[in-house]
This record gives sequence, structure tokens and C-alpha cells, in this order.
Amino acid sequence: MIVAGIGSAVIEPGFFSSAPVQVALVIGAIAAVVSGVVGIFTVVRGQSFAGHSLADIGTAGGSAAFLVGINPLYGFVAMNLVAGGVMELIGIRRPRGRDVATGIVLGAALGLAALLLYLDTTSTSTTGATINVLFGSIFTLNSSMVPVIVVLSVLAIGVTLVLYRPLLLSSLSADLAAARGVSLRFVGIGFLVALALAVSLSAITIGAILSTALLIGPAATALRLTKRTGSAILAAAAIGVGATWLGILLSYDSYYWTSSHRGWPVSFFVVMVVFVSYLAAGLFTGRRATARRPLERGVR
Amino acid sequence: MTDTAEGSSTEILAVDNLSVSLAGREILRDVSFRCAAGEFIGLIGSNGAGKTTLLRVILGLVAPTSGTVRVAGRARSGRNPLIGYVPQKIGLDPDMPIRARDLVGLGIDGHRFGIPRPTAKRNALIDEMLAAVDATRFAGTRVGNLSGGEQQRIMIAHALISRPKLLLLDEPLANLDIRSEQEVVNLVARVAAEQNVTVLFAAHGMNPLLPVMDRVAYIARGRIAIGTTDEVVTTESLSRLYGRHVDVVRVHNRVLVVAGREEEGLHHTEPPSRAAPA
Repeated sequence: MIVAGIGSAVIEPGFFSSAPVQVALVIGAIAAVVSGVVGIFTVVRGQSFAGHSLADIGTAGGSAAFLVGINPLYGFVAMNLVAGGVMELIGIRRPRGRDVATGIVLGAALGLAALLLYLDTTSTSTTGATINVLFGSIFTLNSSMVPVIVVLSVLAIGVTLVLYRPLLLSSLSADLAAARGVSLRFVGIGFLVALALAVSLSAITIGAILSTALLIGPAATALRLTKRTGSAILAAAAIGVGATWLGILLSYDSYYWTSSHRGWPVSFFVVMVVFVSYLAAGLFTGRRATARRPLERGVR
Repeated sequence: MTDTAEGSSTEILAVDNLSVSLAGREILRDVSFRCAAGEFIGLIGSNGAGKTTLLRVILGLVAPTSGTVRVAGRARSGRNPLIGYVPQKIGLDPDMPIRARDLVGLGIDGHRFGIPRPTAKRNALIDEMLAAVDATRFAGTRVGNLSGGEQQRIMIAHALISRPKLLLLDEPLANLDIRSEQEVVNLVARVAAEQNVTVLFAAHGMNPLLPVMDRVAYIARGRIAIGTTDEVVTTESLSRLYGRHVDVVRVHNRVLVVAGREEEGLHHTEPPSRAAPA
């Protein structure tokens, strides 16, 4: 009774019975889990910039799909896979070559996206296209997309788990992995496929521009709180799902906050929850580290 | 060069007429030497002398221009489970979500696909290896939070847990304080003796290795002089290797290699002008 009372105070009426909310909760959770699993390795491998670039590059694919009237998800996936392949091809292994290659591909793709978004807007005579592609539109997703999303998610998580140990070893030291017969190229390409899929799923949830937040934020938070790879992955997935659900709830509630009934976007809330949890984890570990330091000095 | 293990059935490493060029620059020229089972060999040379390149060729990460490398009679090929490897200063980020014992576990099966399945046998093997390198105390700590010396212990355990015949260490003493330096050297010597592993230990100073090494492989100008310290670390032998006069001075069981008189002020000591531990 009490729980229900609090629940109805926090959750505005009709939240769980609304079909768009149900679809958003399911797809958002799936995207968050994939982002958590892939995100840990993205951070650990130092590929956050590559992840963010893929997200931006995907904008061109998403807006092209919008233009020809197919679901932007397919555009994101196709564009991200191609871009990931091109980035790996132009020497992603050398740090400087990687930054230059990523920057050049990124610039070209964003230029293309500018054109396509302009065409989207003028041909459909709505301003919705730009907002949808860049900042997400989770409440407009159709439940018919769920099977496709599940397949892509299973693929992304499957690739990451299959490559789990070689990924970890090559993140620690490329030489160490190579000396043990790990093909760095194979692992690198495999991981970029998983990254491309994760970014695409995240893009349809909270938008192409913001998708890195879901990829990197929960992972970085989890890395502050855990010391094992497995628990970091589980924590990142849990934080991501929590942030996404909370974001959806707050966005739904925000409709009732003002008399004009203009709900604020989900993406804003998700990103803010992720950001706050990252800061909170920093405060938590910061205090723990200062409490531990004098003791360590005594031991050495 | 003396080949104490020539023709012996316990020969672990055979390097024959090895030459290596990288980006048009000759790094190693016609290098030959052999190592027997259980031998501890110090690979000594200044930065850029070719120590890392030699280790990478033995590992199969760099292809030689000519010559052969055989480990326990086998030509080098992709992954060689007979070799354990401790790479040069691996940057372990404090955020890296991996405990010391997990890193040691990756030494068993890190090249395999899938997630590790902790079996009782695997855990027992990890515990045993951790105990062998005195790392049980910090087994549950994140590797990035360990000191340099502790990280080296874990890397050594990682390299040895698959029971290799040959252990290659690339400058494991870099960035360690003198006490940790001697601890790491003694640890490698002890564990290698227990497991009868041949050790090729790269360092730029030979003094920390003097108490434990069987032979020294001194590398300079792409060439190697190998033998006991008494044979190799002499004014004549090293002058020949360097192609100019160097003086070898022995003080308090330590060796100093000093550049020639004609180069006043260009003193190169071993290790470079570092105070001896009390």
C-alpha cells in the first residue's frame, strides 16, 4: 500500500499502460545492456574517441535512411560498420594515425549528414528529422523493431564475449597478446563490429550525438566501483538500464510538470542521470582512496 | 663465442647467424648463441642496442632478415607455449578492472576465446603461482593499484604459469627502486631454478644480475659477446665489441664500464652513476 502510494506519487498515471512507454522501456534496456558490455572494453582499450566518432558518423546513415523512408536503425548499422572497417583499414593501431584517420572520416561523414538532414527537413517539411536522428526519439519506436534489435544485440554481446580474453589481454599489452598468438587485427575488427552495433542501438535510443554517453558513461562509472572485469560489465549494464529507465520515467513525468504540457526529451534525462552517477561514483571512490592512502604508505 | 650448450640435449634456445633490419637500419648482425636448460642469462646493453628486437625475434613478433631461432628444437612459429614473456613497461591503468589473480589466470588461457571458467584446478594453479612469487597478499587487488615491483611479480607469475621452458624479460627493472630491483632479480632466479626455466633477462645495467646470472650476453653495435662475466666483461672483450677503448673497473663486487679516455667527460657507467646500495 505504502509502496503503491509512493509509486503513484513518483510515477504519473498511465506510465505502464502506455504502449510507447512499454516499447521504450524494453528497447532502452536492451540498448543499455549492449552499451554496458561493449562500453567496458571501449574504455579499457582507450577507444572512447572511436566510439564517439562512430556515433557521429552514423548520423549520415541514419539521416539517409530517414530520407528514403526506412528505419534509421538500418542506416546507423550500415554506416557504422562501413566506417569502423575504414577506420581499422587506415591504421587504427598507431595512435596518431588513428586520430587522423578517425578525424578525416568523421569530418566527411558529418558533412554528408549536414546535407542529408537538410534534405530530410525540406522534403518531409517537418523539423522532426534532425531532432530524431541527432537526439533520439525513443517514444516513436515501433514494437515491430524489437526482434531486429534483439538479433543485433545478441550479435554485439556474442562477439564481445567470444573475444573476452584476447580483448582483455591485448588491452593490457598488445605485445603480450601477440606473443601468445592472438591476432590483433582479428580482435580489433571483431571489436569494432560490436562497437558499431552498440553505438547504433544507443543512437536510436538517445540519439546519435548522445549515444556515446550511454556507451562510455555507465562503463566509466562501473570502472570506478569494481575491480573485476565481469562485475564491471554487470555494473555498467545495470547502471545503463537504471539510467535509461529513470530517464524515460522522468521524461514521461515532465509532461505534467508545466501547465503547457511540453514533456522534456528522454535523451536529456538519460544523459543527466548517467553524468550524476559518474560524479557520485567519483566522490565515493575519492573518499575511499584518501582513507586508504596513509595505510599504504606505512606498508611500503 | 663460447657455446656451453652446443650439441647438448638440454639445449633450450639456439640462435644462429641472426641478422635483423628494421626500416632499413641494421639492428642485429650475425648473432649466434645457445642457452641450456635452467641457465640464467643477463642480456645487457644500453638503450637501443637491440635487446628488445632480439627478444621480439625469439618471440616471433619480428621476422629476421636471415638466420634462425629454435626454441627447444622447434623453429619459431606464431604462438609458442614454450616461451613466457614479460614485456617492457606495460602501462597498467588504475581503472583497469582486473585483479592480480585474474591477470595471472590469463597466463593460462588468455589467448582462448570466451570467458574464463573458474575451475578448482585453475584456481589451485593460480594460488600456487601467486605463492611462488610471494604475491598472495595482494592477489585480490586491482593490478593498476599495485606498486611497480608488485606488478612485475604478477607479470612474472603470468609468464610462468603455463610452465614455459624459456622466460624472456624485457627490462623488468626499469623504473624500480634499488630494493625492488634486487627483489625482482632474486625472485626470477629462485622461481626459474625451481621450475628449471631458462631465463633471458634484459637490463641496461648488469650489477643487479651479477649474483644470480650464469652467463652474460653483452650486446652493442648489433653484435653479442656471450660468456661468463669474467670472460666477457673485460677491457679487451668489451673494447672489441664497442669498437673503441672502454675500461672495465671492478669496485666492491660491482662492475663499471667506462668510456674511453679520448672521450673525456663522456663517462658511461654500469648502471649510470647510481649509488651502490648500503
